[in-house]
Amino acid sequence: MASSTIIITLIGMAVVTYLPRLLPAWYLRNKKLPPFLVAWLRYVPIAVLSALLLPALLIQDDVLNFSPTNLYLWAAIPAIWIAWRTKSMFATVIVAMLLIALARFFLS
Amino acid sequence: MLVDSNKSSWLKALSPAVPVMMGYLPIGFAYGVLAVNAGLSILQTVLMSVIVYAGSAQLIAASLFAQMIQPVSIIATTFIVNLRHLLMSAALAPYLQHWRNSEVAAFSFELTDESFGIHSLRFERGENKPLSSIAINLVCQLSWVIGSLIGALTGNMIEDVRPFALDYALPAMFIALLVLQIRNRRHVIIAVLGGLLSLVIWFFGATQWNVIFATIIAAAVGAGLDTWLHPQS
Repeated sequence: MASSTIIITLIGMAVVTYLPRLLPAWYLRNKKLPPFLVAWLRYVPIAVLSALLLPALLIQDDVLNFSPTNLYLWAAIPAIWIAWRTKSMFATVIVAMLLIALARFFLS
Repeated sequence: MLVDSNKSSWLKALSPAVPVMMGYLPIGFAYGVLAVNAGLSILQTVLMSVIVYAGSAQLIAASLFAQMIQPVSIIATTFIVNLRHLLMSAALAPYLQHWRNSEVAAFSFELTDESFGIHSLRFERGENKPLSSIAINLVCQLSWVIGSLIGALTGNMIEDVRPFALDYALPAMFIALLVLQIRNRRHVIIAVLGGLLSLVIWFFGATQWNVIFATIIAAAVGAGLDTWLHPQS
């Protein structure tokens, strides 16, 4: 692909990525919204984080993986518990990574 | 409040960005390797991380460039993959009321899944100052750009981040962010519903749309329960 074509493609990608990030914040921030929409927006963080997370834990190489070899899934269980008890993002990340590293070290 | 130039308080303000950086450096590196092997120059590889700045979309785009796919298709795919940020931008909008237009413009440019997770939690706690919010985003993007640059420079030297478990930094962060948002039983129901819907929609083949549709439906169920049943605090 010609260099100029690549640059134009990159600029196009930048525009179509930026607009969905910008426009809702830009137009909704000073609007009085109907109560249902306000309630809906409050549930978006929980809904979108879980919608991103569960496939990330369960899908590996484009297939669902419930097997004991799926460390992503099994490490998630103690990670949820630690997050719940400590309320600390940092503690959760460190312990979960440590568990994954140890499991790989001893299981491989 | 006066601008606090105290070093330790700045470090404290930026601390939510640390797990993101641990995740972005290795994934940015992997993207950089993939992109130069797909035929992009080092400059183009880094430029994408600066002006597009979207993890999964950039990895997909790199493989599309490698396959010589039409630019229009690459741009359209990027649009679809990144459309979920529409929902995140809307969800943060109520907290940006007193921000300047320029601050909103700068902040939204760096809105990713990970920065959204951090800010949705911070904003709810009342920590929605524009300066620290934008600073967190800048640090996150900087680690993404640096990772991409190192990946692009080392080219096809094989990388394996798995022995260090760095590949689990972002999933673990999402677990923590999700758990920290959950305050009552209804939140648990909506989280389980969102995750299951996302899996089911993915399973039936809408692999680029599962996150968007699952979020719209699950959040609507939550809003419906709050509106027509009694709200839970």
